Amino acid sequence: MHRRPRWLRHWVVYLALLPMAATVLFAYVGTVGWSVRVSMSSSRMLPIPDFIGLAQYEKLFNSERWMLSLHNVVLFGVVFIVACLVLGFLLAVFIDQQVRAEGVLRTVFLYPYAMSFVATGLVWQWVLNPELGLQASIRRLGFSDFTFDWIVSQDMVMYAIALAAVWQASGLVMALMLAGLRGIDTSLWNAARIDGIPRWRYYLSIVLPMLGPSFGTAIVLLSVSVVKVYDVVVAMTQGGPGLASEVPGKFIMDNLFQRANLGLASAASTVLLITVLALVMPLRYARWRAARQAPAGH
Amino acid sequence: MNRKMTRLALAASLATMAFGAHAQKAEVIHWWTSGGESAAVQELANAYKAAGGTWVDNAVAGGEQARSAAVNRIVGGNPSTAAQFNTSQQFHDVIKNGLLNNVDEVAKKNNWDKMLPAPILNAIRINGHYYAVPVNIHMPAWFWYSKAAFAKAGITAEPKTPDEFFATLDKLKAAGVTPVAFGGQPWQEKIVFDALLAHIGGSELYMKVYKDRDQKAIQSEAFKNVMNSFKKLKAYTDPGAPNRNWNDATAMVISGKAGVQIMGDWAKGEFQAAKQTAGKEFGCFPGFGPKSPYILAGDVFVFPKTNNAEAIKAQQLLAATFTAPATQVAFNNKKGSIPIRTDVDAKAMDLCAQTGLTVMKDSSRHLPNPEALVSPDVNGAMQDVITKFWNTNQSTDDAVKAMSVAIKG
Repeated sequence: MHRRPRWLRHWVVYLALLPMAATVLFAYVGTVGWSVRVSMSSSRMLPIPDFIGLAQYEKLFNSERWMLSLHNVVLFGVVFIVACLVLGFLLAVFIDQQVRAEGVLRTVFLYPYAMSFVATGLVWQWVLNPELGLQASIRRLGFSDFTFDWIVSQDMVMYAIALAAVWQASGLVMALMLAGLRGIDTSLWNAARIDGIPRWRYYLSIVLPMLGPSFGTAIVLLSVSVVKVYDVVVAMTQGGPGLASEVPGKFIMDNLFQRANLGLASAASTVLLITVLALVMPLRYARWRAARQAPAGH
Repeated sequence: MNRKMTRLALAASLATMAFGAHAQKAEVIHWWTSGGESAAVQELANAYKAAGGTWVDNAVAGGEQARSAAVNRIVGGNPSTAAQFNTSQQFHDVIKNGLLNNVDEVAKKNNWDKMLPAPILNAIRINGHYYAVPVNIHMPAWFWYSKAAFAKAGITAEPKTPDEFFATLDKLKAAGVTPVAFGGQPWQEKIVFDALLAHIGGSELYMKVYKDRDQKAIQSEAFKNVMNSFKKLKAYTDPGAPNRNWNDATAMVISGKAGVQIMGDWAKGEFQAAKQTAGKEFGCFPGFGPKSPYILAGDVFVFPKTNNAEAIKAQQLLAATFTAPATQVAFNNKKGSIPIRTDVDAKAMDLCAQTGLTVMKDSSRHLPNPEALVSPDVNGAMQDVITKFWNTNQSTDDAVKAMSVAIKG
């Protein structure tokens, strides 16, 4: 039988995709292009169409505050992602033991993720405040040497922020892991039990490798929130004490709005974009290669 | 028709003629959203309505958000009739791009040159044109103190010199009170620093640093002394100070837990909300001694460019009503600031506002606020230097070096 050309068969599909394609082109690619353009101008409060080359980038990388924010976001990212994965995995394993009231526990663990950090950040700010929160309460119980003042310490404040962020996001990781765990055939566990393999070993050597895709998804989601980390910092410390908890997102917002520095803020956004692309591209490439090598017809 | 009716009709028709055929519609973007603030802006709206205009309120929460909303609308070609900014260089970029209307006519007619204090005038008059209407004066460097805490420490008089000030703090410390209620956020640290620069360094040094950006002044011993005095304050704060909000710091003074807070006159709203009266439970002084400088900050409204004759009339009517004496008193009593003009009735004002108004009459004490002298960018860079100096073990010399780089912009 005569087959119509492929493009004709799919024209409806392409038509349906047109609005999406237009959105991507104008709203995403277009604005990115505009930002890159502005980053090479001397724009301050209003965009100016002049061209000054890479001067804004030079200023950016000479800025102590920007370098500090990069340092902070890397530190935060590592602590946050590792802690979320470990905690989320353990919570999922715990819930998977056919505990009673699983639904209630699941909701409790996932609940923080549904809450806005603008509200909860304030609570964390109080809990961690050495004069009002945890430190003061435990000292009142008689442990007068107890010290927990991370949030006011130059060196520890990023860990305090990571703590609150982990509290929020580990429930999400738990949900992803739990879905992965439920996808593992129970006959594997039965076989392992017959072989006399201890439970911890079963999880470490059999379950963990099988959860690869779940980990992949979790890492991508967590990485995205690392790059755009902003609200938790603003709610808890506003970048303080001093500049100690400065992050790129806050640097950009401050220069965009408070400091009327459109050019510099755009340069910072562009650097952030390039960083993300540099991180995502190898991952995409690996996936593409894996997909090509996978047996066809699957 | 009796005579009274005729007169009324005549008056009404005259009024409509004076203000044009339609009531002038003015859409005003501002960020006054808290209880006291919205009561205050209501006074402006009432005055405008009484003058025959129609007020369209557009309150946007947060100064930055309101300003960017206003600028976005200007750039997008659909500007509001008026928009709020601070008495600073925030709106200079918009003027440079020719996107604002001036209100020269109103300014000339009401003799703004004579009426307004020089720092305010310099902020709104650019290249001989008047681009904004000031509505209030805030003084960001007041000293607020708890009378109870002072009594507990046996302090009977307000300090008249920097040395007396530090002696007062020592007494408070000895009495077991936190001497300084400090909000450890960069903008608050900057306010305290600016206060010390004005009150310990003096007006001349302040102007050399901010207006002339004089590198020699920054390297001078006098400036280093200001930096050291600022750092010295840290020993008088409590461990909970970092990240603290300004109003939480004010609450410490209200409850007598702390002695002094250096903060703008908006802190008065907190005392009033706690049912405290100036001169009774708390005291205020604008600096050390009878000749202390007085930093002038505040809010203005600018008028986005339009060719619509009606809109221009509305803009001019706004400028005229906002600066009228009666509007000024009604508005500023609710706002906690003081009027832009000294020829007003001070009876309805509280003690601190009256003090402020008295100081305002001596123009030698006037100082512009830092943001009126440097761009938001430079001001931000200086704020970074100050917050780093306050929060780390950086040496004074290194901080001075960083400051001389920051001020170059």
